[in-house]
Amino acid sequence: MHANWEIIGREGFTFYGKMSASISHEIKNVLAIINENAGLLSDFTIMAARGVPIEPERIKTISSKIAEQVRRADLICKNMNQFAHSVDDHIKATALDELIAVVIKLSLRFAANRGVHLEHQASATPLSITTSPFLLQNLVWLCLDKAMDLAGEKKNVSIITKDVENGVIIEFKHSGTLREKSGSSFPGEKENTLIRLLEATMEINDQTGEIVLRLPVSIDK
Amino acid sequence: MKILLVDDEQELVSTLAERLSIRGIDADWVTSGEEAMEKIQTTPYDLAVLDMKMPRMSGLELRKKIQEIKPHMRYIFMTGHGSAKDFYSASSEEGADCYLVKPVHINTLITKITEVLAQ
Repeated sequence: MHANWEIIGREGFTFYGKMSASISHEIKNVLAIINENAGLLSDFTIMAARGVPIEPERIKTISSKIAEQVRRADLICKNMNQFAHSVDDHIKATALDELIAVVIKLSLRFAANRGVHLEHQASATPLSITTSPFLLQNLVWLCLDKAMDLAGEKKNVSIITKDVENGVIIEFKHSGTLREKSGSSFPGEKENTLIRLLEATMEINDQTGEIVLRLPVSIDK
Repeated sequence: MKILLVDDEQELVSTLAERLSIRGIDADWVTSGEEAMEKIQTTPYDLAVLDMKMPRMSGLELRKKIQEIKPHMRYIFMTGHGSAKDFYSASSEEGADCYLVKPVHINTLITKITEVLAQ
């Protein structure tokens, strides 16, 4: 594999940092909600000591809210853990739709901030490719980021995976057009470097702006 | 004293408003910048507590919009950043100087509200 590792390193750290920061923000929100609900319970005990009766239903509701936030934090940590372990093996057999699902979960905050709705249409049959999971996540994120940028007024983005001869394709469909927003050139240097490393190809429909990534079954030659 | 809390985490702002109310502070809450803009048209708030990162409209963007129609309102920002340093590097705009890092202790918030309104 020949690649500009300086670009990959810089882009990889940027990607990892962006996702880690987003995860930590999400965890902070969960902690803030737990903090307020625990505080409210404490307020009730202080009020009870002053003779204000405690309503058992309120306590039950607050307890449920705390439990719900613990479940939410557990899911966030599960995604974070999957993401963190994507760097364990440079190249390995990878379940494509599981990888896409992780990137989408990590991207939900970014999508929400831009008012974009994300949808994942997984292949009917499980798709497994031998590739670099971290670099692929990075490239999928860059494509998704671009698709969200182009999503227009309706702000919908779909990621669709399909089995094709000698590989798989990932389509990034969106509700906008390529002409709606002109920005930096895409794919740029970092995307092209990842494309080369992943032995992939990228096509962009010059009318709709739909992005299609084609990946080989294996890059482990 | 009338306060508006704005954060897209409904469970957070609704509980925070209840806890402020227990302490005698009249606080309304909304979960978006758009709702906040509607609310301030009809209610005279002294201060808004704004989450920095919200869908469609950030806390800083919302403050700019509010300032156009309610120039005397005061602001406190809440952020999910890890520290003051991270917060300042991420929000280089002027005026983002009064902030609290989540999770916020209720007494810290009340102290900050009092300080800001006394300025």
